[in-house]
Amino acid sequence: MNGILDRFGQLFLTLFEDIGRWFQMLFRTGFWSVRRPYEVNEWVRQMVRVGVDSIPVVALTAMFTGMVMSLQTFNGFQRVHAENFVGSVVALAMLRELSPVLVGLMVTGRIGSAMAAEIGTMRVTEQIDALEALATNPVHYLFVPRVIAGLTMLPLLTLFGNALGVYGGRLVAVNLMHANPVLYDQNTYQFLEINDLTSGLIKAAVFGTILTVTGCTKGYFTTGGAEGVGRSTTEAVVMASLMILLSDFFLTKMLF
Amino acid sequence: MNGDSNERPMISLRDVSKSFNGKKVLDGLSIDVARGETVVIVGGSGTGKSVTLKHMIGLIRPDSGHIIVAGEDLCCMSTLDLNHFRQRFGMSFQEGALFDSMNVFENIAFPLRRHTDKSEDEIRTRVHECLDLVHLEGVESRRPSELSGGMRRRVGFARAISLEPEILLFDEPTTGLDPVISDIVAGLILEMDDRLGTTTVTITHDMKVAFKIADRVAMLHEGRVIESGTPDEFRASANPIVQQFIEGRAEGPLTESSVLSP
Repeated sequence: MNGILDRFGQLFLTLFEDIGRWFQMLFRTGFWSVRRPYEVNEWVRQMVRVGVDSIPVVALTAMFTGMVMSLQTFNGFQRVHAENFVGSVVALAMLRELSPVLVGLMVTGRIGSAMAAEIGTMRVTEQIDALEALATNPVHYLFVPRVIAGLTMLPLLTLFGNALGVYGGRLVAVNLMHANPVLYDQNTYQFLEINDLTSGLIKAAVFGTILTVTGCTKGYFTTGGAEGVGRSTTEAVVMASLMILLSDFFLTKMLF
Repeated sequence: MNGDSNERPMISLRDVSKSFNGKKVLDGLSIDVARGETVVIVGGSGTGKSVTLKHMIGLIRPDSGHIIVAGEDLCCMSTLDLNHFRQRFGMSFQEGALFDSMNVFENIAFPLRRHTDKSEDEIRTRVHECLDLVHLEGVESRRPSELSGGMRRRVGFARAISLEPEILLFDEPTTGLDPVISDIVAGLILEMDDRLGTTTVTITHDMKVAFKIADRVAMLHEGRVIESGTPDEFRASANPIVQQFIEGRAEGPLTESSVLSP
């Protein structure tokens, strides 16, 4: 019995430690982000890595999600003769929910893990100590460009995902289910409000911050050689994905 | 050459204690390093040599005690001030710790680009000077992974001296190198020290290297300095622990309490 309680206690301690560290690193990143020198080259390099290099993955994910959404809702809505609303449903779902969350999760898998592995390796090979010894704050040099890249690139990727998702939905509805293209387009945009778009983009910016801060923090606190780097990478993906899904609920509640 | 008694030491550790996860690594350690002096700290694995060195540059903060460098107490410095203060140091790490996302040139140019207003031309000149000083040429465009262990150390040295620091710290500069390369690297440290006139602290467990480069050798045992003196005084030490370490014997007071002894 005591053993189980010990385990639970330990688990909660680790959990709170992780959360505390996460916010500490978030604040330190904010503190250093306004300080010179601005490593513009490094910012651009990270933006390309997070943004441009994620385009193929995001394109495929968003496109097929839009297509599946359209297919599923069309089948369902046909039963109650509500086919006309498929366009609205697909557009609303993509803009408000699916595009930001799926982009967030895909980029976590691609980039959050890579950041944890990269910074973790730098930690275990003393490269982070070397940075500090060269009078360079690691949060300034490593965290700031990555978090800025996540914060700015995720909304752009989401915007791109929105367009492809809506287009994918239309493709299936019009070509496969023989919906009327004029009516479909009309219904797609009829019920959309600007808030649907902006709330999705705000979510994306938050998810971008979450996944980069988590990746960097997990990497930064890596201990225990190659095995530790592996553990950090896994933990970064799990923690960032969970945080994205949990915060998604609260963000939706707040932004509606 | 021991420091003048009326001159303040360049680096002074006073009563420094540090524990990791409840295990005491440094236990009231005190050591002074005079300006321009070359001190080598020796000791077995896990006696806190690296930890001592990292305290000197503020990479680790002590649980108690003071670290005074050039008259300033590192313990009371803010992160920003400490960050700035570190420009006066050059540190070389065990495996070189070169940034593997950059080539050799970019590694050495990194501190110059961040902390000086030098033009690209001036930076190129300075990088070549630093590489000359460690007797390397034609490696500028190579990646750290393409270099041998000895070359990586030397590039690490070149990066450490690029900002013309007053203090040089070497963490196990010869570990993992063959005896010939070790001797060359030790000679290089001596040469850099002579030409740059820096205060130098080296940690190693290689006694040959220690005797070659040191003005003064200090031995660390159980988190304290147990012996300190010129190489000749150190060799003649009456302390059986020191004698066992110098001779590299398995039997003696160093190993008596450990599981290795019968």
